[in-house]
Amino acid sequence: MEKEIVIHMEGLTKRYGAQTVVDRLSLDVAEGEIFGFLGPNGAGKTTTMLMLLGLTEPTAGTVRVCGFDPARDPLKVKEIIGYLPENVGFYEDMDARQNLRYIARLNRIPDQVSTVRIDRLLDEVDLAKEAHKPVGSYSKGMKQRLGIAEVLIKEPRVVFLDEPTIGLDPDGTNKMLDMICALSRERQMTIFFSSHLLDQVQRISDRIGIMIKGKLVAAGPLAELAQRGLGLEEGEAYTLDQIYMKYFKEG
Amino acid sequence: MHGIFTIYRKEMEDHFGSIRFLLIAALIVMVGVIIASMVGMSMQDELKGVAKPNFVFLLLFTSTGKLFSFTQFIGFLGPLIGIILGFDAVNRERTGRTLSKLVSQPIYRDAIINAKFLAGVTMIAIVMASLVLIISGLGIRLIGVVPGADEVWRLLIYLVLSILYISFWLGAAILFSVVFRSTATSALASLAAWIFLSFFVGLGGSFLADAVAPMQQTADVAQATEAFINNDRVQRIVSFLAPATLYGDATSTILDPLRKTPRSFILMGPLERLSLSRFQNPLPLVQSIVIVAPFMISLIAITFICFGICYMVFMRQEIRST
Ligand SMILES: Nc1ncnc2c1ncn2[C@@H]1O[C@H](COP(=O)(O)OP(=O)(O)OP(=O)(O)O)[C@@H](O)[C@H]1O
Ligand SMILES: [Mg+2]
Repeated sequence: MEKEIVIHMEGLTKRYGAQTVVDRLSLDVAEGEIFGFLGPNGAGKTTTMLMLLGLTEPTAGTVRVCGFDPARDPLKVKEIIGYLPENVGFYEDMDARQNLRYIARLNRIPDQVSTVRIDRLLDEVDLAKEAHKPVGSYSKGMKQRLGIAEVLIKEPRVVFLDEPTIGLDPDGTNKMLDMICALSRERQMTIFFSSHLLDQVQRISDRIGIMIKGKLVAAGPLAELAQRGLGLEEGEAYTLDQIYMKYFKEG
Repeated sequence: MHGIFTIYRKEMEDHFGSIRFLLIAALIVMVGVIIASMVGMSMQDELKGVAKPNFVFLLLFTSTGKLFSFTQFIGFLGPLIGIILGFDAVNRERTGRTLSKLVSQPIYRDAIINAKFLAGVTMIAIVMASLVLIISGLGIRLIGVVPGADEVWRLLIYLVLSILYISFWLGAAILFSVVFRSTATSALASLAAWIFLSFFVGLGGSFLADAVAPMQQTADVAQATEAFINNDRVQRIVSFLAPATLYGDATSTILDPLRKTPRSFILMGPLERLSLSRFQNPLPLVQSIVIVAPFMISLIAITFICFGICYMVFMRQEIRST
């Protein structure tokens, strides 16, 4: 059975002056998929996400998220998506609960419902003990986990995570990746996440897109990319590293 | 609407916990009360053995004691309340990296600006209303005169005017907080605009008037009068761009029904002499309102212009979290 397409991009282009940051990007992501968006610094990953969220306008091309145009129907899109920005910030003088409560209220979640959800989420991201401290005193990893909780509080259909593991230690990275995996497997959320770290993308993604200098140079399941990119036979050993470096050199 | 309400609530909590705001509000309330009570005490002496003159209660607000009157004081320093409430409204969220999160929630972007503005206006209203109430209470005790219905109405209109005036500065400060990414820059820009519009536009107005329509020293009275009127007209048009002038003219009209000129007057000598030197009959309340209405509308209009620019800049702005 064909799964529903939740993220659809066609000929998506973004220019800043003369610089083309995203160049004719066409890509579909299906429901429940984990899509890893891979690319070096400045490739245009964040810009692509901003266009998907309606936070910046595309120069050309179409975007649909669950059938809605983020530029025309921003509220419809924002009701069903969760977004973790690249460097997430919080109201530092409020504690974790107050931060989450604020976001819940902005999403019209009644307080009785959000109270239960906040407790559950804080448990899940392992912050229950620190929940009463002002967020200003949190470490980078704690903030990142709180960011995930904040994304999930509205129970979104699609989740955009911009470099969710940046600045985390190996242990934190592993936990974060496991959490992302669980979201997709247990709650059927569609996950679109960006990273420039190959092994992470490799570990959890169903499909991978490689973007270099604004161009999507490859997209598909890892095995397929390996065959196409390196001309390897099925079953042969490969790593994403090899693929990535190959495309990187070409780009 | 839902978004506005939620943000409004949070902003109100922030304002009440903001030391910066509490300090400036306390300072302004304190100085305002001191000025008015000084005036009240000097009136106490002058009122001895005099039949109750008209509108004596309003003199608490309009008469200059040793330095300046309460209304002049608010005209000068009131804008600071608005600026302090608004100069970092949006760019604080930007530097705190909460803005990109906020705009990716299902709320309209203008709700963010509107809610912040409304919260600021509420704070302004609270400060101004308590200030007027405190002074009125003090006044009743000091001069022993209870304000009549007419005076209460005038005070209420004055209150609305002051809230509008300070809200304009709040709107301007929010505009700067949208345009400038750094809070320090927007604070400086707000202060620069405040100094420019409050102190220089008035001066610039008379310079411009003298250049465009110079007054003439001729024997022909009609010609000289016409030149004078033209000169004044140019000055008025320019001063309509200066909120402080608008506010000053409007407050003196509404609070001082006996006044002959739109310029501030100084309380000198006994009140009897004072009322003799002026029109015998005060302007009726309705007439005062008719005169003040255009000033109010101008104040509202320039606030809306600020908002228009705010929306234009903010609605389509790209918001990155870096
Ligand atoms: N407002 C802007 N004006 C001009 N150029 C911009 C603007 N924003 C981003 N760019 C450029 O767009 C390019 C892509 O930026 P983007 O943030 O999308 O990269 P990225 O893939 O997310 O990189 P990173 O891994 O460092 O986060 C960069 O070269 C950047 O200089
Ligand atoms: Mg990025």
